[in-house]
Amino acid sequence: MALISCKNVTMGYENQLAVEDVSFDIEDGDYVCIVGENGSGKSTLLKGLLGLLKPRAGEIAFGDGLKQNMIGYLPQQTIVQRDFPASVWEVVLSGCLNRRGMRPFYSPAERRIASANIEKLSIGGLVKKSYRDLSGGQQQRVLLARALCATEKLLLLDEPVTGLDPVVTSELYALIRQLNREGVTIVMVSHDINCSVHYAGKILHMDTGVLFYGPSEKYLESDVCRRLLGGDAHG
Amino acid sequence: MGELFRELFSYSFISRALIVGILVALCAALLGVSLVLKRYSMIGDGLSHVGFGALSVAMAMNVAPLAVSVPVVVIAAFLLLRISESSKIKGDAAIALIASSALAIGVIVTSLTTGMNTDVYGYMFGSILAMSGGDVVLSVALSAVVLLLFVCFYNKIFAVTFDEAFAQATGTNAKLYNMLIAFLTAITIVVGMRIMGAMLISSLIIFPALTSMRVCRSFKGVVVTSAAVSVVCFFAGIVGSFAFSTPAGASVVVANIAVFACFWLAGLARSRFGKA
Repeated sequence: MALISCKNVTMGYENQLAVEDVSFDIEDGDYVCIVGENGSGKSTLLKGLLGLLKPRAGEIAFGDGLKQNMIGYLPQQTIVQRDFPASVWEVVLSGCLNRRGMRPFYSPAERRIASANIEKLSIGGLVKKSYRDLSGGQQQRVLLARALCATEKLLLLDEPVTGLDPVVTSELYALIRQLNREGVTIVMVSHDINCSVHYAGKILHMDTGVLFYGPSEKYLESDVCRRLLGGDAHG
Repeated sequence: MGELFRELFSYSFISRALIVGILVALCAALLGVSLVLKRYSMIGDGLSHVGFGALSVAMAMNVAPLAVSVPVVVIAAFLLLRISESSKIKGDAAIALIASSALAIGVIVTSLTTGMNTDVYGYMFGSILAMSGGDVVLSVALSAVVLLLFVCFYNKIFAVTFDEAFAQATGTNAKLYNMLIAFLTAITIVVGMRIMGAMLISSLIIFPALTSMRVCRSFKGVVVTSAAVSVVCFFAGIVGSFAFSTPAGASVVVANIAVFACFWLAGLARSRFGKA
């Protein structure tokens, strides 16, 4: 069975539909980019996958023993976080929260998981630093380490490169691709079509419904893509 | 100095005020960190005004003040939290509206019944005489509950404060913990209000958190430092109030201002002269 399987999912807020009749499967090990214009339902669909918003109709099912709370999530940064006084260690360790249930404190095993992910993302030198003193790229790495503490299988990323400079952006993309090669399934919402096509294995192009879902190479040849990239060139 | 302390503790009402006040200062400081970081500082202020209204009505009806104000303020806390979370209504404006309404109702009820007297002055700006023996027992019990819940849910409170979306996505019921924080804040405010005064109790929540954030870099550091700052300032404030015959609540706030200024300068100095 697929890792995530959406069947005729419809979602919305009050009397407005944001996602309409969307069906797709994501397999274990995929790297999927969800693209589309503002208001095309990308973020809403992501909320659905995360279980933050219930679908009005249809079904989102997980396979391969994936549980709802075992998804690693890299949200968009909020204003609250930018000057938050927390050490990098505290932030990363909080990713283990879903493993604890009702136990009040972290176990040595969870601390080991946090340490391992800090090593993996090479932020060992930052552990004692305060999150608010880090650069944008470093903050994203810290949040990525936290997300990896919550999951071994699936990462959902919401526009992870917003506000980062080009060098840091390509470093982050490389890092995400590396994680994918190590077996983590990636689902990313992105504005950046060129990079998405370059790095991702599959593209999901949305405009409330699904306009295109398939391998990136095929996407480049599709009409939807040509219209969008063509529009970019003129715009 | 020793003479002063001996004299201070010879009054049982001061010992009572110190016991309750220090516990409340501790609770307020712990919760304050989360409230300030979540940009909910206004909730504390709003709740204290609602508390004033409830207290006035309770006094007018001649019923136990804590028995009326605890449920009223807890309900108001949930209401204010919902208002702050919904983006449609301007949260800060709505809180100001509720706060001033409660204040106005409280003042009218009091002036129609007992008249504006020293009691009202006491509710507004606090009174060191407010605590009876029964109040102390109840206040200590409530503070103990707040402290216990805070320690047990410390890690969850951190996660929800830092990143609600992530906490929710990984299976933590963020709404529940927001409500827990609001609930604990409501209790702390009601208990502390009689010593500190409705107008000044919110300083107990906001000052220690802001003070420790000038200097500390980790969440645990901020929490521990604000707790320490809060307790020390409360004690200093009460001693000062006794020594100079100044109002208790206002003296505690002044102590907080002084410590805030010191921490602010320390933080400034550190960021100026390298990151040691």
